[in-house]
Amino acid sequence: MTPLAAPNAVAIGFFLLFIVMSLGITVWASRKTRTAEHFYAAGRSVTAFQNGLALAGDYMSAASFLGIAGLVALSGFDGLIYSIGFLVGWPIVTFLIAEPLRNLGRFTFADVLAARLTQTPIRISAAIGSLAVIAFYLIAQMVGAGNLIRLLFGLPYEAAVVIVGGVMLAYVLFGGMIATTWVQIIKAMLLLGGATLLALLVLARFSFNPLALFGEAVRMYGPTVLAPGRQVSDPIDAVSLGLALMLGTAGLPHILMRFYTVRDARTARTSVGYATAFIGFFYLLTFILGFGAMVIIGRDAITKIDPGGNMAAPLLAEGVGGTPFLGFIAAVAFATILAVVAGLTLSGAATLSHDLWVSVFRGPKADEREQLVVARLATVILAIVSIVLGIAFKGQNVAYMVGLAFAIAASANFPALVLAIFWPRLTTAAACLSMVVGTVSTLALIWLSPTIQIDILHHASAPFPLRNPGIVTIPLAFAVAILVSVARPVASEARRFAELERQLHVGVE
Amino acid sequence: MSPDPISLLEAVSAARWRVAMSLTIAMMAAYFGFILLIAFNKPLLGSILVPGLSLGMLLGALVIVIAWVVTWIYVRWANTHYDSSVDRLRQ
Repeated sequence: MTPLAAPNAVAIGFFLLFIVMSLGITVWASRKTRTAEHFYAAGRSVTAFQNGLALAGDYMSAASFLGIAGLVALSGFDGLIYSIGFLVGWPIVTFLIAEPLRNLGRFTFADVLAARLTQTPIRISAAIGSLAVIAFYLIAQMVGAGNLIRLLFGLPYEAAVVIVGGVMLAYVLFGGMIATTWVQIIKAMLLLGGATLLALLVLARFSFNPLALFGEAVRMYGPTVLAPGRQVSDPIDAVSLGLALMLGTAGLPHILMRFYTVRDARTARTSVGYATAFIGFFYLLTFILGFGAMVIIGRDAITKIDPGGNMAAPLLAEGVGGTPFLGFIAAVAFATILAVVAGLTLSGAATLSHDLWVSVFRGPKADEREQLVVARLATVILAIVSIVLGIAFKGQNVAYMVGLAFAIAASANFPALVLAIFWPRLTTAAACLSMVVGTVSTLALIWLSPTIQIDILHHASAPFPLRNPGIVTIPLAFAVAILVSVARPVASEARRFAELERQLHVGVE
Repeated sequence: MSPDPISLLEAVSAARWRVAMSLTIAMMAAYFGFILLIAFNKPLLGSILVPGLSLGMLLGALVIVIAWVVTWIYVRWANTHYDSSVDRLRQ
């Protein structure tokens, strides 16, 4: 891999502008961050449209912008399977999760489970799943950040990881959810605007007819670019990946946390509607960007810079808009990484401080001041951990880690959460076991899968045949929750659900 | 005469569950239908409809559009029917 734009002045200029602006917002937000309610939930003052953008900002990572554009550029149709998979979880979040979550909880999704079940065991089990998701997601983002920034700006890998960790720490530590939300909003607008402009510049060469672009791709690389190919060799694996992408979206702690930043359930519902529109639009753009890079830049030129194809979108920007546009897109990619890492860290801090320290260890003894101090301490610890992990995993292929994070979210968090919202008979023991089994079984099956055993450890075969464990682990987690609840019913917990049913619809009165 | 609050709550819960489940099933059917076609009938999805457009590309874009449509249906239903029932529950 060679640096693409060894110190590109425009890129550095745009990037510094973004940093100055976002740190300015952080200073402003820090004055408003006085209580835990501000730190975790931005004072519940975010509007539906703002939260829609912020949700999109939290979700559209560099992996989806650079990774999927690259995947489409190199393998055509197969790359689109991912862009579609990343969208289809959002309607599920809208229908099943957003409103009840807002009505039953305060800061984290574990609040919903804790509202109707026994607090201590529930919060500890939920923290295991949440922290596992956040850890793998963070590692993937940090390693991605190090590699991308090295390619885009010519900075050393370690320096890039430390810069991302340090700037993100400043946002979260001082500005809490208010700063993090505004960073997400600005990043989402930059990313949507940049990707739209890039797509328009591409389409301008094909008289604004996408079919002419795809037709040119067929002329250059053959009709297979528009057909499913090698990426989906095993049908069961394809369905398994689809399940994890779809249901994992509804179990990502940093996404779920966003529904607490709005004033009520109705606003939460509208905001996720906006988010679905933005994210769907963005993934439709990836069709154009990927094929645009394939046709205008060419596959050989893309793989020469980075064999994984991650530089397809920046190269395309340079190809259609020259060095200044490359600089802009590079800065947008950097901003994207920073914002996602900040959102993840904040949700990790909420798990450590709100779910574990305040709710399990200290109880009502923890006053407002202590809650804020612990939340900030947790933020510092997480920032250090993410920098250390980012450097420790240098050079590792971590592409599977985002998939792993989605698989754990779908297996550990989603089943317990959705049953807690809809099923009166769920018991504490059942929910705890389901979350632990979901986490452990996903980790174990990924370890035994061909991804680790053959690709990384270079063994001849793998004990578990699938690369994506979701099709086993998601039904397993549901089965554990249902069987344990039925085998050992707890009448008092079913009554507690009945008491909460009104709050589920009406909210806290 | 105002309706019995318990039965109103049950009716609201049941209606929300029914709508949420139907739309969830519709979304899953669309998406997994697409995935299963990819898995089991690649040549069909590779067939070219008009120059530059394969059936698979069309269906893929359609899945995104379906996601928008079902979300829009839900938000509309909730804004009109569900919210007014919740308002009655509040009283």
